[in-house]
Amino acid sequence: MQQRDSLGYTLAVAAVLCVVCSLAVSTAAVSLRGRQEANVKLDQQKNILDATGLAIGEYGVQANELTMKEIDTLNAYVSAKLVDLQTGKYVDAAEDLGKYSLVEEAANPDTSIPIENPVFNPGEPRRPKVMKVYFVKKPGTDKILQVVLPVYGKGLWGTLYGYLALKSDLETIQGLTFYQHKETPGLGGEVDNPRWKAMWDGRKLYDPSGTPAAMVFKGPAPKGDEYAVDGLSGATITSRGVTNLIRYWASDDGYGTYLGELKEEINDDKSSASEGEK
Amino acid sequence: MAKKTTDVLVDPLISNNPIALQILGICSALAVTTKMETSLVMSFAVIAVTAFSNLAVSAIRHFIPSSIRIIVQMTVIASLVIVVDQILKAYMYDISKQLTVFVGLIITNCIVMGRAEGFAMKNGPWVSFLDGIGNGMGYGLVLMFVAFFRELFGSGSLFGIELLPLDRNGGWYNPNNLMLLPPSAFFLIGFLIWAIRAYKPDQIEEA
Repeated sequence: MQQRDSLGYTLAVAAVLCVVCSLAVSTAAVSLRGRQEANVKLDQQKNILDATGLAIGEYGVQANELTMKEIDTLNAYVSAKLVDLQTGKYVDAAEDLGKYSLVEEAANPDTSIPIENPVFNPGEPRRPKVMKVYFVKKPGTDKILQVVLPVYGKGLWGTLYGYLALKSDLETIQGLTFYQHKETPGLGGEVDNPRWKAMWDGRKLYDPSGTPAAMVFKGPAPKGDEYAVDGLSGATITSRGVTNLIRYWASDDGYGTYLGELKEEINDDKSSASEGEK
Repeated sequence: MAKKTTDVLVDPLISNNPIALQILGICSALAVTTKMETSLVMSFAVIAVTAFSNLAVSAIRHFIPSSIRIIVQMTVIASLVIVVDQILKAYMYDISKQLTVFVGLIITNCIVMGRAEGFAMKNGPWVSFLDGIGNGMGYGLVLMFVAFFRELFGSGSLFGIELLPLDRNGGWYNPNNLMLLPPSAFFLIGFLIWAIRAYKPDQIEEA
């Protein structure tokens, strides 16, 4: 027993244990990474389908319950482009589209800028200069039905990453989903509740002066309020976080400039198109 | 010296249940039991971790210096939890998303640590492995019990299959929202402990 407690022996056991355990952990992590990444990608696609209401609209169920074939069918509605938020112009980089990673762009000082907006602040240090936005169009046509904007901001325990889908007027919210967050299940985690998410449909993003106004109310939203959805009970900080992140991304620091450009683009299309709505 | 192997496996189910008698692992029992599906996956995760951490700790128990034994156990447990978490993320992504941090928090689940220190350090690998399975199942049993009532009365369904048609979907059942909130698990566990102790009065602690 003497020898078992000697310093050298203790260190040796600790070292061997660390090596064995780290081998086990890294083997699991490396061998499963491919599958996990495929899962994450599929999950993001499903979230886009839920934010846009396509899954409910076409098949009457949440994207989670769709088969792979149905998801592929719906993905044909969705296309993506890269946008420089500063100028509001598209970035022509088709080869970068597939590689684009929001998290990596935001972490890299070369591709991101600090967030210093005193009024609308999502609680995050940086945002990418370029964001990947998605469009919903009927396959084979060019008319934009919806635009889907990636958004993120601080909740209680970590960053909420999600998609904000806007109807073609670019002022009315279609849906909001979060594909990654660390909020408490049952409280802040209720941002995933389909019933809560459904309340966003039809909320106005901006007030008449053009200031971002959509919000999560504290308590039940007043009847007839155009901007607010019910608060999440027991999750004040998560609710506030969601309000902050929506307003930040709707502001001129976020997608404001781009949405202005896009609105002109859509209106030009409308006036030049001979056929009316639908 | 060693207890009978069947006792090791069956004892923790009711007569020495880790949640009901030892009052361990309550936190995750409150958090993941709104649905039976997540509870079941969580139970299997905990069973796997307790069983294999007991096995590993017991196998190396003669080599562990006593000065760092807790850290050694913790390292073994933490590694196993990460592996389980990775497997869930790869093969059951949706459920692992719902379980969020609670899979990671198995590391701090007192049941795992308690069995490693209290049982595996003193017993052979096989019997420790069974003890791990038994305690994991004891934990899982309580989870399933709580989740049964919470899902049935909170969401009107079991394993996601609707049994009581909800009024918001045109049925007659008005769900009890309290059941979806963590305190309801406290009440249910309380009732369960009451029932077990009424049945086995020797579990009652002296005031």
